[in-house]
Amino acid sequence: MLARQTLLEVENLTLAVAHTGLCVVKGVSLSVAAGEIVGIVGESGSGKTLAARAVMGLEPSAIRRTSGSIRFDGREVTAMAPQELRAMRGARVGMVFQEPMTSLNPSMTIGRQLEEGLVLHRALDAGERRRLVLDMLARVGIRDPEGALAAYPHQFSGGMRQRIMLASVMLLQPALLIADEPTTALDAVVQRDVLELMVELTRANGTAVLMISHDLAMVARFTDRVIVMAKGDIVEQGRTEELLRRPRHPYTRKLLAAMPRRLPARRLPPAETPIVAVRDLVVDYGGRQGFFRKEAPKRALHGVSLAVRPREVVAVVGGSGSGKTTLGRAIAGLLKPSGGEILFDGRPIAKGEAGFWDYRLNCQMVFQDPYSSLDPRMTVGALVGEALRHAPGMDAAARQARVAEVLAEVGLGEGFADRYPHELSGGQRQRIAIARAVARRPSFVIADEPVSALDVTVRAQVLDLFAELQQRHGFSCLFISHDLGVVEQVADRVIVMRDGRIVEEGTRDAIFDAPRDAYTRRLLSAIPALETAGDGGVRLKWRFDEANEMRETVDA
Amino acid sequence: MKLPAPNALIGGALIGGLAVAAALGALWTPHDPLALDFRAKLGAPGAAHLLGTDEFGRDVLSRLMAGAATSVWISLLTVGFAITAGTALGIFTGYVRGWVDRIVMAFNDALLAFPGILLALGLLAVVGANKYGIIVALGLAYTPSVARIVRGTVLSLREKEFIEASRVMGNSELYTMARHVLPNCVAPLTVLATSMFGWVLLAESALSFLGLGVPPPAPTWGNMLAGSRPFIAQAAWLGIFPGLCISLTLLGINLLGDAVRDKLDPRMRGV
Repeated sequence: MLARQTLLEVENLTLAVAHTGLCVVKGVSLSVAAGEIVGIVGESGSGKTLAARAVMGLEPSAIRRTSGSIRFDGREVTAMAPQELRAMRGARVGMVFQEPMTSLNPSMTIGRQLEEGLVLHRALDAGERRRLVLDMLARVGIRDPEGALAAYPHQFSGGMRQRIMLASVMLLQPALLIADEPTTALDAVVQRDVLELMVELTRANGTAVLMISHDLAMVARFTDRVIVMAKGDIVEQGRTEELLRRPRHPYTRKLLAAMPRRLPARRLPPAETPIVAVRDLVVDYGGRQGFFRKEAPKRALHGVSLAVRPREVVAVVGGSGSGKTTLGRAIAGLLKPSGGEILFDGRPIAKGEAGFWDYRLNCQMVFQDPYSSLDPRMTVGALVGEALRHAPGMDAAARQARVAEVLAEVGLGEGFADRYPHELSGGQRQRIAIARAVARRPSFVIADEPVSALDVTVRAQVLDLFAELQQRHGFSCLFISHDLGVVEQVADRVIVMRDGRIVEEGTRDAIFDAPRDAYTRRLLSAIPALETAGDGGVRLKWRFDEANEMRETVDA
Repeated sequence: MKLPAPNALIGGALIGGLAVAAALGALWTPHDPLALDFRAKLGAPGAAHLLGTDEFGRDVLSRLMAGAATSVWISLLTVGFAITAGTALGIFTGYVRGWVDRIVMAFNDALLAFPGILLALGLLAVVGANKYGIIVALGLAYTPSVARIVRGTVLSLREKEFIEASRVMGNSELYTMARHVLPNCVAPLTVLATSMFGWVLLAESALSFLGLGVPPPAPTWGNMLAGSRPFIAQAAWLGIFPGLCISLTLLGINLLGDAVRDKLDPRMRGV
């Protein structure tokens, strides 16, 4: 192990923003041995992506290297001519990007895109190239490699595209693979499949991997060594298991403490009528309509029934396309269901019914993306105040007082009322979105992936805030998420969805400890169970490893 | 107090100067802009006539001042007309979508296919060639492009979660459009309005050139520019000065438009 040759050696690398001189990476030193899998973990702004890009000479033009050396294979990268750099990229160092939807060229067939690198870096004839490409497609789990050659990227799901991306990089058998948040845009389950494939391929080929991610648990599972970065500095590095069990730096401890964990089950007062009941809800999405043709509508929900009791937090989990977001939007009244009914406090809430307005006042929603859910042209005060527009019996003074009150509740204070959303961080924005949702003191809140766009430590804070508000005001909550870790922390009851149907439903402990459905087990296998190891350290345990046999159905 | 941005300063100075000239022109001009003086025709700029005289011996400076009010007024009203009508149409169709949207937009695209000036010519033949006829004709001709752009903006805004958030709060569609959709259309609209101001100034001169503009002898920058063409070799100032007026006004409007857009957008104010 120790005798392995050093492949990449970064010494005292400092990167600064060219025109302000602001240091974004401060004297970072790290090394990667041949065949080793190293993770770089950090939150946004930690400089992890910039540092990795500098290795390939791909830092953005606004960033300047002020000092340091980068040696790859014993040669100084920073002194290479553009031509040498190009020869190194692809052939010796490959890179997989975060966004599978945009990293493949949508107007080129998969076959041509995979061939591109071979044409550039290897002297092979067309027949050999084709054979190599087909081999690689089969190895990354594309069921019909021949058919895939002539297919275009949009014909594949996100997970499949990331596999294809991986195939195109590994075709050239690079010595180092840089994977920048390779699976962040994917479902937890697909994430795991893709990463396992990545590890398998690189191991077989002896390729070293530099894996960049914000997700400590995910990195921990697949790496030998972890480097923790914060604000441009390396704060700690070490062997993965060691670092998790005995973190030395406070920031590492903070990251570990931010991992969601299970709290003791809550006892809820028994209640006869659920606050919200949904019966046989069916939602169809209209097909594309042209002037002369109309595609058949697509059914997104096939008769879903559920009930949320007062003060209860019910989580809806599932992968993308499971219909969980559609369910939330239909219950929020943003979509017109094509069948079934929704009852609030026992009364139907369809438009025109007596219960409609009561429900409208009492049901609020927190959206996923705090960057798009707040009108950029309104001040924070106006945004939160708007929620009180229809609140009965509140005059302007009362509204203003309430705005100040909820801003204080979400930990921002009245001083924020005059600021605009773009001046705030993602976490602060989500606090505003939560303030807006609870301002009217609703009895039911729908939260659609409320923390999935946030950094790990911020996520933990926002979740704590949410739980505290829920305790204080006692609203019921439908919590929609693909992240089972988060769900384990917040939910009283869990509903698992797949393909527009509920596959399993039960109390949190029942779902997490004794899942009956194979799909639930597979979801659970993607997230770790934490075991505290004293002194801020943890041990990760992986559940239901056997569930992995049920792989994502490979459709080409 | 911070000094305003340079674009606001220069733009404001140009437009301010124009406004003063136009206001002054309505009350007083060095000479009567309509008075003929055949002994002084095609006179070069000099002490008696600062910017020279035209082929009928009329004072160019006086005519420019008198024309400023007409030209600017026509352009402002036309742009106002097109922006108002186009925005209303664009927001409406972008928000309701469905069949209404498709029919209105098909009609809109058909209109877009005509060059604006041709459309205005046709409309002028119906409404008659006078100041208000021009405003209506050019306004209608430019409405489709505004409607297109606003509709596109509305369609992308619709997908934003803050529009859905507004619905969840119980706000009516009308309120949502007025409070959340319209203000977010302001940035593309200011850009469009400023460039449209220039098109209209030029279109008005083109119409004048074809004899369908403001009827003579009333001066506008457009018909002065158009009238200068036969004399370009003998009396270049006849074309240069109205041309300069149009160019400087456009420059001013564009700079001011940028400044206004930045001012209205909270994201552009310093953090």
